[in-house]
Amino acid sequence: MGMTMVQKILARATGQPHVAVGDVVEPRVDLAMSHENGALVINQFVEIYKGTGKEARVWDPSKIAIIFDHRVPAESAKTATNQKKIRDFRTLQGITKFHDIRGDGGGICHQILPENGYVRPGAVVVGTDSHTTSHGALGAFSFGIGATEMASVWALGKILNVEVPGTIKVVVKGQFPPHVSPKDLILHLIGKISAEGANFKVIEFHGDAIRAMSTSGRLVICNMSVEAGATSGIVPPDEETLSYLREEAGVRENIEIICPDPDAAYDQVLVLDVSTLEPQVACPHTVDNVKPVGEVAGKRVQQIVIGSCTNGRLDDLEVAAGILRGRKVASGIRMLVFPASSRIYLEAIRKGYIADFVMAGAVVMNPGCGPCLGVHQGALADGDVALATTNRNFKGRMGNPNAEVYLCSPETAAASAITGAIADPRELSAGKAAAGAAKGGK
Amino acid sequence: MAKVILKLDSDISTDIIYPGRFMATVLPTETPQFAFADNTEFNRNLQDRKIPPGSVIVADKNFGCGSSREQAASCLKGHELTIIAKDFARIFMQNAINLGLKMVICPAIEADEGDEIIIEGGKVINKTRGKSFDIAPLPKARQAIIDAGGLIPYTRQKILQKFGT
Ligand code: SF4
Repeated sequence: MGMTMVQKILARATGQPHVAVGDVVEPRVDLAMSHENGALVINQFVEIYKGTGKEARVWDPSKIAIIFDHRVPAESAKTATNQKKIRDFRTLQGITKFHDIRGDGGGICHQILPENGYVRPGAVVVGTDSHTTSHGALGAFSFGIGATEMASVWALGKILNVEVPGTIKVVVKGQFPPHVSPKDLILHLIGKISAEGANFKVIEFHGDAIRAMSTSGRLVICNMSVEAGATSGIVPPDEETLSYLREEAGVRENIEIICPDPDAAYDQVLVLDVSTLEPQVACPHTVDNVKPVGEVAGKRVQQIVIGSCTNGRLDDLEVAAGILRGRKVASGIRMLVFPASSRIYLEAIRKGYIADFVMAGAVVMNPGCGPCLGVHQGALADGDVALATTNRNFKGRMGNPNAEVYLCSPETAAASAITGAIADPRELSAGKAAAGAAKGGK
Repeated sequence: MAKVILKLDSDISTDIIYPGRFMATVLPTETPQFAFADNTEFNRNLQDRKIPPGSVIVADKNFGCGSSREQAASCLKGHELTIIAKDFARIFMQNAINLGLKMVICPAIEADEGDEIIIEGGKVINKTRGKSFDIAPLPKARQAIIDAGGLIPYTRQKILQKFGT
């Protein structure tokens, strides 16, 4: 019997010819990522070594990545002290993949890892962040773990007691209609299979719509696979993966490609066609409360957020800037834009997108998680409604349990910023096209 | 015998259990003060020690979905609560096992706040309702960690084995 992507990766990481779903394995780890919660990992790491008489040394400092992103620059003395503790530990242990608070190399962990070539197809990647699922976009088996589990990985270089997960194969066919994007696809999928529809399973993405999708789009769908409960999302690597790794991420060394066997066994196969897909919106307070934009259009909002590890990349900023160029954010709307990394921020400056945002009335913030998880900037007032390109709308997510968060694509967010209420981006551009046609007719 | 002190719906996220704005607090000794912080009354009762250790939270499906933040497990462990749910989200379940938080998967559980409960012999017995419900096993992969009393002692054993001590 053939193996799925994740079976093949786990077989390789345990030095076995074959692993079966349900087997308990201890795969070696290729990359172990943490952010500010590294402070807790350090605490638990030191705890493990207590009473052993051994010195607490990480197994391989070149395989650990630490990226400051959740609260940058520090919002409190406590965070600053945690960050300092991590900095000191990093120096002591010689950890090389470290991204401090810097304008020339910082950003959100799930953007820093791919754009620096830290993630390779076939790798086992773990991170103390649930959206570590993102890196399946490059064909890695990548999943979120807690801080104590990470401390154990730092000590041993492998993850203890992993049960080989079953896989749901999602075949995505067709061509995206204009103004519909991978974000709409993943919201639609989560709405269809529910917030726990893929709990303890991996979602493997196939089909011509995935083959035609950029790595940026694949990062969106793998990022949000966890919102359906999935252990990970994964895309079999192809030409696009190779060209991203070579050209964007600057990888020089040999890249090995691992793909699923044609006769792999799946728990479930789902087929979706994007050619009839409409823009989607996830409504409060669960990510699976998904509706076509038409059903919520007109809902007044007070804050629009464009950014995050889901939709803060250059193509996201490009499409949003294109809509806002020469227009204004409606009065009474606070629009916040936070690029996912310094590199993206710089590119967006060069291409003029940042100027488009600022001139339209948006506030552009430094790269990082920003308002996404409600600890830093951009908290909501009681009764506020936010529309965001982020990935979670749980009660309290943007810092206030008495507010509401809706989730959407960058296009829907930008179109809504202009009208001041949730808007269908297809209508806005129809208006624009009509105006253009009228002009052309004169 | 333990009392059900909180009854919750499905999809209780880690943002509800431990809101993101308290994430700068990481140490297991400090996180319990923010358990269910946005449920002010319940949080106050916990902090005032009006809820005895061993008390039970009963939830529907997918308890602990969302973030990998371990604070969501450590804050409940700090109050020595037991969580009974129809099922749990993966990362929360692993964090709970790693930290030794008592959790029970009970797919058919019926209970309300105030009910008296006994967990024994693979069943949750609701004394108030005179009904009992089967407990589903925790993932077998994790049994060794549970037996060792959590992932810290388990990893410690592995380190000592590696060095042949
Ligand atoms: S942007 Fe939001 S979802 Fe992404 S890593 Fe940061 S806090 Fe988490």
